Amino acid sequence: MIVLVVVMVLGCSGQTEPEVLRVATTTSLYDTGLWDALEDVFEDRYDADLQITAKGTGAALALGKSGDVDVVAVHDPAQEAAFIAGNYSVKALNFSAERVTWAYNYFIIVGPESDPAGIGNLTGSLAPEEAFQKIQQEGREVREAVKFVSRGDESGTHGKEKTIWASAGYNYTADIVGNGTADSWYIEAGTGMGATLVMADELVAYTLTDKGTFLAYQGDLDLVPLLDEGDILLNVYAVIICKNGSHYEMADNLVNFLRAPEIQYLIAGFRVPEYGEPLFYPWGPETCGLP
Amino acid sequence: MTEIWDGLTKAVQLLISFDPQLMEIAWRSLGISGTACLLASLICLPLGSLIHFHHFRGKRALINIIQTLFVMPTVLVGLFLLVLLSRAGPLGFFGILFTPTAMVIGQMILITPLLLGLTISALSGVSREIVDTAISLGASSSQTIWLVLKEARYAVLAAVIMGFARAISEVGCALMVGGNIRGATRVITTVISLEAGKGNLELAIALGIILLFLALVINIALNRLQQR
Repeated sequence: MIVLVVVMVLGCSGQTEPEVLRVATTTSLYDTGLWDALEDVFEDRYDADLQITAKGTGAALALGKSGDVDVVAVHDPAQEAAFIAGNYSVKALNFSAERVTWAYNYFIIVGPESDPAGIGNLTGSLAPEEAFQKIQQEGREVREAVKFVSRGDESGTHGKEKTIWASAGYNYTADIVGNGTADSWYIEAGTGMGATLVMADELVAYTLTDKGTFLAYQGDLDLVPLLDEGDILLNVYAVIICKNGSHYEMADNLVNFLRAPEIQYLIAGFRVPEYGEPLFYPWGPETCGLP
Repeated sequence: MTEIWDGLTKAVQLLISFDPQLMEIAWRSLGISGTACLLASLICLPLGSLIHFHHFRGKRALINIIQTLFVMPTVLVGLFLLVLLSRAGPLGFFGILFTPTAMVIGQMILITPLLLGLTISALSGVSREIVDTAISLGASSSQTIWLVLKEARYAVLAAVIMGFARAISEVGCALMVGGNIRGATRVITTVISLEAGKGNLELAIALGIILLFLALVINIALNRLQQR
């Protein structure tokens, strides 16, 4: 056994090792399988060993700050801005900003088919804010019937939820979370997207989710998508090279790879045959008008 | 490395300020795991004695199975309960998924094999001579059982402490059937996992230190009890 291990170690060190690039990615990109699809293509093209860890945006950026990863792929503009302002990032080759956007999709509000708060027929660009107001009001008045499950974990999705509450005219800490007491309509799960969807399903509650994760979990859930329009629901994925990481050149390769036309095309078509609709949209020239 | 030092100072801060949120979570941890341990003990100590004092076919095999279940992964117990307690599951009508009750049940299942197995070992550790002497002096069988239990009390107490330790330190089952809901099912281990996931390493470490501190207090108390 020991001999076998020694032989294996020696055998491996004899060849040239592929260069390791460590990436912390948001769970939505990982759970949908997008990274699995991109990893092999990238590794073949650049002789790299892409090591990917799936974390919430908050945790991914923390790993980037400490230099435990070289690149982060995240989706919370506010936390990304703080990361860049804190001087933890470097610009990628060929790009003028540290934050390079490379894909987007939309958040959706999902809930029970009975839709007790009546948000399913809301339309217009402010529909998400109105839906949150209805959920909050009905939740306060008709306890037990209307509930909302929040990620509550400083992830990108949680960040977006807070943005919507703010845009709907609420002070998140004072009006929504309450003063440390368990407000029965607002449930802070403190878990990942998949676990939060399962919890919302079990508790017959509403929740905010990225579309990709919802499509991947939909088969096991009774929840239905109720609202998917409104400017605020835009979900933008960005990639940032970490100053405290290493392998800058390989990190440049990854950033340019993600924005290369053929990869953008691959992202656009990812799992479309399976779900009948795209999970992610590419950040190509045709979409540059978006924020 | 600075995180560990920062975590330590934060732990001291949180402890001496009696931070209300921390206190709530710590009490909930103690309450859930304490209840689970108490209920499991009430079942396992008599059941373990019953197994020890009776001779029956397959006893050796039963003890082997119990000891194998010591290694039961916490997430497996969580998964099993999640399926049972889900709205779509056979016990869904109780509506206890994502409540402290579900967490107590999960931890009871988790520590039952440990408590049973260690109780049996504790009783087996009592010298055969004591039993023989008691019988030769005319002790009835119930008196003999009581004598053996008294002789083995330290080892039995150690079994209970082990059970409590496994219950309060587990995170897999608590996350799956409790759901880490703030103000309802959030306990020390799940909040450590959450804070580490948020990137709040100092707070996560501080909470870990507080869990160890709690364990120390409980151990000192139980040791005092033993010495009396």
